Amino acid sequence: MTARPSPTATLNGGPTGRWNVRIGVVTFPGTLDDRDTQRAVRIAGAEAVPLWHRDKDLKQVDAVVLPGGFSYGDYLRAGAISRFSPLMETIIDQAKAGMPVLGICNGFQVLTESHLLPGAMLRNNHLHFICRDQKLRVESTSTAWTADYTAGQEISIPLKNIDGRYVADERTLDLLEAEGRVAFRYLDGNPNGSLRDIAGITNEAGNVVGLMPHPEHAVEPLVGTGRTDGLGFFTSILKKLVNA
Amino acid sequence: MARVVVDVMLKPEILDPQGQAVQRALPRLGFEGIADVRQGKRFELEVEGPVDDAALARIHEMAETFLANTVIEDFEVKVETSEGPK
Repeated sequence: MTARPSPTATLNGGPTGRWNVRIGVVTFPGTLDDRDTQRAVRIAGAEAVPLWHRDKDLKQVDAVVLPGGFSYGDYLRAGAISRFSPLMETIIDQAKAGMPVLGICNGFQVLTESHLLPGAMLRNNHLHFICRDQKLRVESTSTAWTADYTAGQEISIPLKNIDGRYVADERTLDLLEAEGRVAFRYLDGNPNGSLRDIAGITNEAGNVVGLMPHPEHAVEPLVGTGRTDGLGFFTSILKKLVNA
Repeated sequence: MARVVVDVMLKPEILDPQGQAVQRALPRLGFEGIADVRQGKRFELEVEGPVDDAALARIHEMAETFLANTVIEDFEVKVETSEGPK
Protein backbone atom coordinates (compact mmCIF):
# COMPACT_ATOMS: atom_id res chain seq x y z
CA MET A 1 0.00 0.00 0.00
CA THR A 2 1.40 3.41 -0.94
CA ALA A 3 0.59 6.71 0.67
CA ARG A 4 -1.97 8.77 -1.12
CA PRO A 5 -0.71 12.06 -2.57
CA SER A 6 -2.47 15.01 -1.00
CA PRO A 7 -5.57 16.08 -2.89
CA THR A 8 -5.17 18.86 -5.40
CA ALA A 9 -8.69 20.12 -4.70
CA THR A 10 -8.83 23.81 -3.90
CA LEU A 11 -11.68 26.26 -3.98
CA ASN A 12 -10.09 28.87 -6.22
CA GLY A 13 -6.86 27.29 -7.32
CA GLY A 14 -7.94 26.20 -10.75
CA PRO A 15 -6.88 27.88 -13.95
CA THR A 16 -10.47 28.86 -14.61
CA GLY A 17 -11.00 30.26 -11.14
CA ARG A 18 -13.43 27.43 -10.48
CA TRP A 19 -13.09 24.56 -8.10
CA ASN A 20 -10.02 22.66 -9.10
CA VAL A 21 -11.17 19.13 -8.46
CA ARG A 22 -9.84 16.44 -10.78
CA ILE A 23 -11.92 13.31 -11.15
CA GLY A 24 -10.47 10.48 -13.23
CA VAL A 25 -12.68 8.44 -15.53
CA VAL A 26 -11.19 5.10 -16.57
CA THR A 27 -11.47 3.67 -20.06
CA PHE A 28 -10.92 -0.06 -20.57
CA PRO A 29 -11.29 -1.74 -23.97
CA GLY A 30 -15.05 -2.19 -24.16
CA THR A 31 -16.00 0.62 -21.79
CA LEU A 32 -19.13 2.42 -23.04
CA ASP A 33 -20.10 5.10 -20.56
CA ASP A 34 -16.83 6.94 -20.09
CA ARG A 35 -17.93 9.96 -22.14
CA ASP A 36 -21.25 10.31 -20.31
CA THR A 37 -19.39 9.98 -17.01
CA GLN A 38 -16.89 12.69 -18.00
CA ARG A 39 -19.82 14.90 -18.91
CA ALA A 40 -21.55 14.28 -15.58
CA VAL A 41 -18.32 15.18 -13.76
CA ARG A 42 -18.10 18.46 -15.69
CA ILE A 43 -21.77 19.30 -15.14
CA ALA A 44 -21.20 18.89 -11.41
CA GLY A 45 -18.34 21.40 -11.69
CA ALA A 46 -15.22 19.27 -11.55
CA GLU A 47 -12.56 18.57 -14.14
CA ALA A 48 -12.90 15.19 -15.86
CA VAL A 49 -9.56 13.49 -16.45
CA PRO A 50 -9.57 10.57 -18.91
CA LEU A 51 -7.50 7.63 -17.64
CA TRP A 52 -6.32 4.74 -19.81
CA HIS A 53 -6.28 1.19 -18.43
CA ARG A 54 -2.71 0.44 -19.55
CA ASP A 55 -1.20 3.43 -17.74
CA LYS A 56 -0.10 3.13 -14.17
CA ASP A 57 -0.26 6.86 -13.45
CA LEU A 58 -3.41 8.39 -12.00
CA LYS A 59 -2.46 11.90 -13.21
CA GLN A 60 -2.94 13.32 -9.71
CA VAL A 61 -6.69 12.91 -9.69
CA ASP A 62 -8.58 13.32 -6.42
CA ALA A 63 -11.08 10.54 -7.12
CA VAL A 64 -11.79 7.91 -9.77
CA VAL A 65 -14.94 6.67 -11.49
CA LEU A 66 -15.01 3.24 -13.15
CA PRO A 67 -17.79 3.58 -15.75
CA GLY A 68 -20.11 1.04 -17.27
CA GLY A 69 -19.77 -1.04 -20.40
CA PHE A 70 -18.40 -4.45 -21.30
CA SER A 71 -14.70 -4.23 -20.54
CA TYR A 72 -12.81 -7.05 -22.28
CA GLY A 73 -16.17 -8.22 -23.63
CA ASP A 74 -17.09 -9.50 -20.15
CA TYR A 75 -14.90 -12.50 -21.03
CA LEU A 76 -14.26 -14.96 -18.20
CA ARG A 77 -16.47 -12.96 -15.81
CA ALA A 78 -17.60 -9.33 -15.98
CA GLY A 79 -14.73 -7.22 -14.66
CA ALA A 80 -12.40 -10.17 -14.13
CA ILE A 81 -9.77 -9.21 -16.72
CA SER A 82 -9.97 -5.44 -16.20
CA ARG A 83 -9.25 -5.97 -12.54
CA PHE A 84 -5.66 -6.95 -13.44
CA SER A 85 -4.94 -3.93 -15.64
CA PRO A 86 -1.91 -1.80 -14.68
CA LEU A 87 -4.16 1.15 -13.82
CA MET A 88 -6.35 -0.97 -11.56
CA GLU A 89 -3.31 -2.07 -9.57
CA THR A 90 -2.67 1.60 -8.78
CA ILE A 91 -6.35 2.31 -8.11
CA ILE A 92 -6.60 -0.65 -5.71
CA ASP A 93 -3.61 0.63 -3.73
CA GLN A 94 -4.95 4.19 -3.65
CA ALA A 95 -8.49 3.11 -2.77
CA LYS A 96 -7.13 1.17 0.20
CA ALA A 97 -5.33 4.37 1.22
CA GLY A 98 -8.58 6.35 1.11
CA MET A 99 -8.98 7.71 -2.42
CA PRO A 100 -12.69 7.89 -3.36
CA VAL A 101 -13.69 5.41 -6.07
CA LEU A 102 -17.12 4.97 -7.64
CA GLY A 103 -17.90 1.90 -9.75
CA ILE A 104 -20.98 2.04 -11.95
CA CYS A 105 -22.37 -1.16 -13.49
CA ASN A 106 -19.30 -2.80 -15.08
CA GLY A 107 -17.27 -0.60 -12.72
CA PHE A 108 -19.09 -2.19 -9.78
CA GLN A 109 -18.23 -5.60 -11.22
CA VAL A 110 -14.56 -4.57 -11.43
CA LEU A 111 -14.68 -3.48 -7.77
CA THR A 112 -16.08 -6.82 -6.57
CA GLU A 113 -13.57 -8.71 -8.71
CA SER A 114 -10.85 -6.54 -7.14
CA HIS A 115 -12.21 -7.42 -3.70
CA LEU A 116 -12.43 -3.72 -2.87
CA LEU A 117 -16.11 -4.51 -2.28
CA PRO A 118 -17.43 -7.84 -0.99
CA GLY A 119 -19.67 -10.23 -2.92
CA ALA A 120 -19.95 -10.84 -6.64
CA MET A 121 -22.17 -10.07 -9.63
CA LEU A 122 -23.91 -12.81 -11.58
CA ARG A 123 -26.26 -13.21 -14.53
CA ASN A 124 -29.75 -11.77 -13.89
CA ASN A 125 -32.04 -14.46 -12.49
CA HIS A 126 -34.41 -14.15 -15.50
CA LEU A 127 -31.50 -14.11 -18.01
CA HIS A 128 -32.79 -11.01 -19.79
CA PHE A 129 -30.88 -7.85 -20.45
CA ILE A 130 -32.71 -5.12 -18.56
CA CYS A 131 -32.91 -1.49 -19.70
CA ARG A 132 -35.29 0.73 -17.82
CA ASP A 133 -35.63 3.56 -15.35
CA GLN A 134 -35.19 2.08 -11.91
CA LYS A 135 -36.37 3.44 -8.60
CA LEU A 136 -33.88 3.16 -5.74
CA ARG A 137 -33.75 4.11 -2.12
CA VAL A 138 -30.58 5.80 -0.91
CA GLU A 139 -29.82 3.87 2.27
CA SER A 140 -26.52 5.45 3.23
CA THR A 141 -25.55 9.10 2.98
CA SER A 142 -22.29 8.68 4.88
CA THR A 143 -20.25 7.66 1.83
CA ALA A 144 -18.02 9.94 -0.22
CA TRP A 145 -20.47 9.71 -3.12
CA THR A 146 -23.88 10.07 -1.44
CA ALA A 147 -23.65 12.93 1.07
CA ASP A 148 -25.82 15.19 -1.10
CA TYR A 149 -28.80 12.85 -0.74
CA THR A 150 -31.01 12.46 2.30
CA ALA A 151 -31.26 9.12 4.01
CA GLY A 152 -34.21 7.20 2.62
CA GLN A 153 -34.47 9.44 -0.45
CA GLU A 154 -36.04 7.76 -3.46
CA ILE A 155 -34.34 8.37 -6.79
CA SER A 156 -34.94 7.10 -10.31
CA ILE A 157 -31.98 6.43 -12.62
CA PRO A 158 -31.40 4.11 -15.59
CA LEU A 159 -30.54 0.44 -15.12
CA LYS A 160 -29.07 -1.50 -18.06
CA ASN A 161 -27.27 -4.79 -17.62
CA ILE A 162 -27.46 -8.57 -17.81
CA ASP A 163 -25.00 -9.38 -15.02
CA GLY A 164 -26.69 -7.39 -12.27
CA ARG A 165 -27.51 -9.99 -9.64
CA TYR A 166 -25.63 -9.17 -6.46
CA VAL A 167 -24.70 -12.19 -4.35
CA ALA A 168 -22.73 -12.67 -1.16
CA ASP A 169 -22.87 -15.23 1.62
CA GLU A 170 -25.32 -14.69 4.47
CA ARG A 171 -22.61 -13.66 6.90
CA THR A 172 -21.38 -10.94 4.54
CA LEU A 173 -24.92 -9.73 3.87
CA ASP A 174 -25.63 -9.53 7.61
CA LEU A 175 -22.39 -7.61 8.12
CA LEU A 176 -23.23 -5.15 5.34
CA GLU A 177 -26.66 -4.53 6.87
CA ALA A 178 -25.31 -4.20 10.42
CA GLU A 179 -22.65 -1.70 9.37
CA GLY A 180 -25.03 0.33 7.21
CA ARG A 181 -23.05 -0.52 4.09
CA VAL A 182 -26.00 -1.28 1.82
CA ALA A 183 -25.91 2.08 0.05
CA PHE A 184 -28.84 1.58 -2.38
CA ARG A 185 -31.77 -0.79 -2.56
CA TYR A 186 -34.11 -1.51 -5.46
CA LEU A 187 -37.70 -0.33 -5.01
CA ASP A 188 -40.91 -1.45 -6.75
CA GLY A 189 -39.67 -4.92 -7.54
CA ASN A 190 -36.28 -6.57 -7.66
CA PRO A 191 -35.06 -6.34 -11.29
CA ASN A 192 -32.47 -9.11 -11.28
CA GLY A 193 -32.63 -11.35 -8.21
CA SER A 194 -30.03 -9.40 -6.21
CA LEU A 195 -29.98 -10.68 -2.65
CA ARG A 196 -31.83 -8.41 -0.21
CA ASP A 197 -32.69 -6.07 -3.09
CA ILE A 198 -29.17 -4.66 -2.99
CA ALA A 199 -28.42 -2.21 -5.81
CA GLY A 200 -25.18 -0.81 -4.40
CA ILE A 201 -22.81 -1.08 -1.47
CA THR A 202 -19.91 0.75 0.12
CA ASN A 203 -16.69 -0.36 1.77
CA GLU A 204 -16.14 0.09 5.47
CA ALA A 205 -14.44 3.49 5.09
CA GLY A 206 -17.14 4.85 2.77
CA ASN A 207 -14.68 5.93 0.05
CA VAL A 208 -15.40 3.03 -2.32
CA VAL A 209 -18.97 2.74 -3.63
CA GLY A 210 -20.37 0.47 -6.33
CA LEU A 211 -23.84 0.23 -7.83
CA MET A 212 -25.46 -1.30 -10.90
CA PRO A 213 -27.77 1.58 -12.00
CA HIS A 214 -26.33 4.56 -13.86
CA PRO A 215 -26.30 7.97 -12.14
CA GLU A 216 -24.23 9.46 -14.99
CA HIS A 217 -27.18 9.01 -17.38
CA ALA A 218 -29.46 11.11 -15.18
CA VAL A 219 -27.76 14.47 -14.77
CA GLU A 220 -29.65 16.64 -17.26
CA PRO A 221 -33.41 17.16 -17.58
CA LEU A 222 -33.29 16.88 -21.37
CA VAL A 223 -32.14 13.27 -21.55
CA GLY A 224 -32.47 9.98 -19.73
CA THR A 225 -35.14 9.82 -17.09
CA GLY A 226 -35.92 13.52 -17.55
CA ARG A 227 -34.75 13.92 -13.99
CA THR A 228 -31.38 14.79 -12.55
CA ASP A 229 -31.45 12.26 -9.73
CA GLY A 230 -27.95 11.03 -10.54
CA LEU A 231 -26.21 14.39 -10.26
CA GLY A 232 -25.94 14.04 -6.48
CA PHE A 233 -23.18 11.43 -6.82
CA PHE A 234 -20.97 13.94 -8.58
CA THR A 235 -21.84 16.98 -6.46
CA SER A 236 -21.32 14.86 -3.31
CA ILE A 237 -17.76 13.98 -4.23
CA LEU A 238 -17.02 17.51 -5.40
CA LYS A 239 -18.11 19.04 -2.09
CA LYS A 240 -16.27 16.40 -0.11
CA LEU A 241 -13.01 17.07 -1.94
CA VAL A 242 -13.36 20.84 -1.80
CA ASN A 243 -14.08 20.75 1.93
CA ALA A 244 -11.37 18.17 2.63
CA MET B 1 3.23 -30.99 -23.86
CA ALA B 2 1.21 -31.91 -20.80
CA ARG B 3 -2.33 -30.77 -20.38
CA VAL B 4 -3.83 -29.56 -17.12
CA VAL B 5 -7.58 -29.05 -16.90
CA VAL B 6 -9.21 -26.57 -14.55
CA ASP B 7 -12.94 -27.07 -14.02
CA VAL B 8 -14.83 -24.14 -12.53
CA MET B 9 -18.35 -24.54 -11.14
CA LEU B 10 -20.69 -22.19 -9.33
CA LYS B 11 -20.89 -23.10 -5.65
CA PRO B 12 -23.87 -25.37 -4.91
CA GLU B 13 -25.73 -22.64 -3.01
CA ILE B 14 -25.48 -20.12 -5.88
CA LEU B 15 -28.51 -19.95 -8.18
CA ASP B 16 -27.60 -20.94 -11.75
CA PRO B 17 -30.34 -19.60 -14.05
CA GLN B 18 -28.41 -20.63 -17.18
CA GLY B 19 -28.29 -24.24 -16.02
CA GLN B 20 -31.99 -24.03 -15.17
CA ALA B 21 -32.81 -22.69 -18.64
CA VAL B 22 -30.92 -25.59 -20.22
CA GLN B 23 -32.71 -28.08 -17.95
CA ARG B 24 -36.13 -26.65 -18.84
CA ALA B 25 -35.38 -26.88 -22.55
CA LEU B 26 -34.50 -30.59 -22.42
CA PRO B 27 -38.02 -32.14 -22.30
CA ARG B 28 -39.08 -29.89 -25.15
CA LEU B 29 -36.23 -31.35 -27.21
CA GLY B 30 -37.17 -34.91 -26.30
CA PHE B 31 -34.48 -35.46 -23.65
CA GLU B 32 -36.38 -36.75 -20.65
CA GLY B 33 -35.25 -37.65 -17.17
CA ILE B 34 -32.75 -34.88 -16.38
CA ALA B 35 -33.62 -33.51 -12.95
CA ASP B 36 -31.08 -30.70 -12.75
CA VAL B 37 -28.37 -29.00 -14.82
CA ARG B 38 -25.52 -26.88 -13.53
CA GLN B 39 -23.35 -25.05 -16.06
CA GLY B 40 -19.66 -24.49 -15.51
CA LYS B 41 -16.41 -23.63 -17.30
CA ARG B 42 -13.54 -25.86 -18.38
CA PHE B 43 -10.06 -24.51 -19.04
CA GLU B 44 -7.51 -26.66 -20.88
CA LEU B 45 -3.98 -25.50 -20.17
CA GLU B 46 -1.10 -26.73 -22.35
CA VAL B 47 1.85 -26.59 -20.00
CA GLU B 48 5.39 -25.96 -21.19
CA GLY B 49 7.85 -28.11 -19.30
CA PRO B 50 7.17 -30.65 -16.58
CA VAL B 51 3.96 -30.65 -14.58
CA ASP B 52 5.67 -30.93 -11.23
CA ASP B 53 4.55 -29.75 -7.83
CA ALA B 54 5.84 -26.25 -8.48
CA ALA B 55 3.96 -25.97 -11.78
CA LEU B 56 0.78 -27.31 -10.18
CA ALA B 57 1.12 -24.85 -7.32
CA ARG B 58 1.30 -21.99 -9.83
CA ILE B 59 -1.73 -23.32 -11.71
CA HIS B 60 -3.61 -23.59 -8.44
CA GLU B 61 -2.73 -19.97 -7.69
CA MET B 62 -3.84 -18.97 -11.20
CA ALA B 63 -7.18 -20.73 -10.75
CA GLU B 64 -7.75 -19.20 -7.34
CA THR B 65 -6.90 -15.61 -8.30
CA PHE B 66 -8.12 -15.44 -11.90
CA LEU B 67 -9.85 -18.41 -13.54
CA ALA B 68 -12.34 -18.74 -10.69
CA ASN B 69 -13.91 -16.16 -8.42
CA THR B 70 -13.87 -18.08 -5.16
CA VAL B 71 -16.58 -15.84 -3.74
CA ILE B 72 -19.05 -17.66 -5.99
CA GLU B 73 -17.17 -20.53 -7.63
CA ASP B 74 -15.28 -23.72 -6.75
CA PHE B 75 -12.53 -25.12 -8.95
CA GLU B 76 -10.73 -28.40 -9.51
CA VAL B 77 -7.30 -28.91 -11.08
CA LYS B 78 -6.67 -32.18 -12.94
CA VAL B 79 -3.57 -33.39 -14.80
CA GLU B 80 -4.35 -35.29 -17.98
CA THR B 81 -2.02 -38.20 -18.69
CA SER B 82 0.49 -37.50 -21.44
CA GLU B 83 -0.29 -40.84 -23.18
CA GLY B 84 -3.59 -39.37 -24.24
CA PRO B 85 -6.96 -41.06 -24.08
CA LYS B 86 -6.91 -44.84 -23.79
